[in-house]
Amino acid sequence: MTTTLDQAWTLSPSVALRPEPFGALAYHFGNRKLIFLRRHELVAVVRALGEHPDARSALVAAGVPQAHHHAYAMALAGLAARDVIRRRPDGGENL
Amino acid sequence: MKLVEQFELGLDAPICLTWELTYACNLSCAHCLSSSGRRDPRELTTRQCEAVIDELQRMAVFYVNVGGGEPTVRSDFWHLLRYAVEHQVGVKFSTNGVRITPERARFLAATDYVDVQVSLDGATAEVNDYVRGPGSFDMAVRALENLRDAGFRDAKISVVCTRHNVGQLDDFQALADRFGATLRLTRLRPSGRGADVWDDLHLLPGQQRELYDWLLARGDRVLTGDSFFHLAGFGDALPGLNLCGAGRVVCLIDPVGDVYACPFAIADQFLAGNVLTDGGFQRVWRDSPLFAELRSPQTGGACASCGHYDSCRGGCMAAKFFTGLPLDGPDPECVMGHSEQALAAPRTLPGVSQDHSRAVSTRKQPVMLTLLTSRPAAPPVTACAGSPLAGFVPEATAP
Repeated sequence: MTTTLDQAWTLSPSVALRPEPFGALAYHFGNRKLIFLRRHELVAVVRALGEHPDARSALVAAGVPQAHHHAYAMALAGLAARDVIRRRPDGGENL
Repeated sequence: MKLVEQFELGLDAPICLTWELTYACNLSCAHCLSSSGRRDPRELTTRQCEAVIDELQRMAVFYVNVGGGEPTVRSDFWHLLRYAVEHQVGVKFSTNGVRITPERARFLAATDYVDVQVSLDGATAEVNDYVRGPGSFDMAVRALENLRDAGFRDAKISVVCTRHNVGQLDDFQALADRFGATLRLTRLRPSGRGADVWDDLHLLPGQQRELYDWLLARGDRVLTGDSFFHLAGFGDALPGLNLCGAGRVVCLIDPVGDVYACPFAIADQFLAGNVLTDGGFQRVWRDSPLFAELRSPQTGGACASCGHYDSCRGGCMAAKFFTGLPLDGPDPECVMGHSEQALAAPRTLPGVSQDHSRAVSTRKQPVMLTLLTSRPAAPPVTACAGSPLAGFVPEATAP
C-alpha cells in the first residue's frame, strides 16, 4: 500500500467524472462501468492526482489526515484495478 | 447514507436516459411499449436534437439509450450518432436490425463509445415472429452477422421475456455466444400496445420462478437493465439497484421532446415537461414537480406491512399504472401473489395518451394466432347441411 502512495497517478483518459451530492459518479467509456466515489475528499484527490508527483502529496494537498492515508491508498488501488486512475509514465523515479 | 437512499433522492443528472428519436418503425411489434409505427410530424429536428446533445454534454450525461420506434429509419440518425460521440455522450442504441448493413456495421465497428442492441423476442423465428412480425427474426440475425463480420465487439441481444420465450433462455445464450454478443433480458411491460397483449404474454407465476433461478445461476454474464427487481421477493436480490429509478436515475425523452419519468411510463400522469417549451432538459430534470414528488420518500402503502418490501420496493410503477392497480400497492406480478385479488377484481385501465400505431395493417404485422391444440366437440355446421335441424342437439329434458 505504501507503493500506491509513492507512485504518480492520473485520471484515466477513458473516464468521465460527474459531481453528485454524495461525491461523484465516474463512468468508464471503455468497459462501460459506473463507479461511485462516495467522499468529496476522494473526488478532490482523484481530480488532483495528475498534478502531484505522487498520490501522497495529493492526499496532503486535499487535507486528508495522515491517519486516513492507508484507507485512501486501498481505495486508490481499487480505482486503479478498475482503470479509473492510471499510473503516470513520468512518475518513473518512484517505480 | 446508503447509496440506494441517495439514488431515491435523485441525482444531478440521470444515469440511464432513454431517448426515443422517432415513432416511425418498419415493424409493428404486438407489445411495442411506445405504440410506434408512424412518424409524428412534431418530432425534433436535426438542429433541436443537436441542442439536446449539447445540453447532455454540459450535464455530463455519460451515455444515452437511443430507441424509438426504429431510430435508424431517421435519415439523420447516423449524423446524430456521430454528433453525440464527438460531444462525449456515448450512445447505446436499440434496433430491429433493418439498417445494419455490412457498410454500417463497419462504421459502427470503427466508432468508439457506441453500443448496439439488436432486439429479438424469440430464439427461433417461430417464437420471435409471433410477436415481432414475419421476417423480423431473419432481419435481426442478419444484422448480428454483419456486426460480427465487421469486427464489432460485444453487441447486445435484447430480449423481452414472455410466456413463449422464457423456456429458450439457454438457446438465447447460445445465440449470443455464436455472435460474440452479450444477452440482455428485460421485463415485458403492459405499456403502449403491450397493454393489449400483457394478459397473454406476461410470465406465469411458475415461469417467474424459472427466470429468477436462471438469473441467479447463470445471470452473471447477462444484462437486465435492473428490470426484474420485483422478483427480489423470491429471496436473494438480483444484481443491480433493486429500486424503481423513475425520475430519480432514469427518464425518457420522447420523439417530440416530452420528458417522461421512465421509458415504460408514456402517459400524461408521468409527463414532467418538454425540452422545447420548458427551458431545456436540465430544467425539467431538476425542477419538475413530478420528479420532485418521485424523489420524495415513499411510504410503501399497502406493501409496507409485507416482509419483502425492502427487497422489491413494491415493484414497477408503470406496470401497476397500466394494469389499473394502485401505485402504492403491489406489482401486478408480485411474487408473493399479493396482487391476485386486485387483478381479479374489476379494474379501470388508463386510456392511451398517444398512439402512433399504423392505422392500416401491413404484411409485416404479427398475427397472433395459434393452431388449435384440442379438437372441437363437434364439427361445425356447414352451409351445405341439408337437415332443417342441422346443429341442433336435443337435450334431455325433465319429464
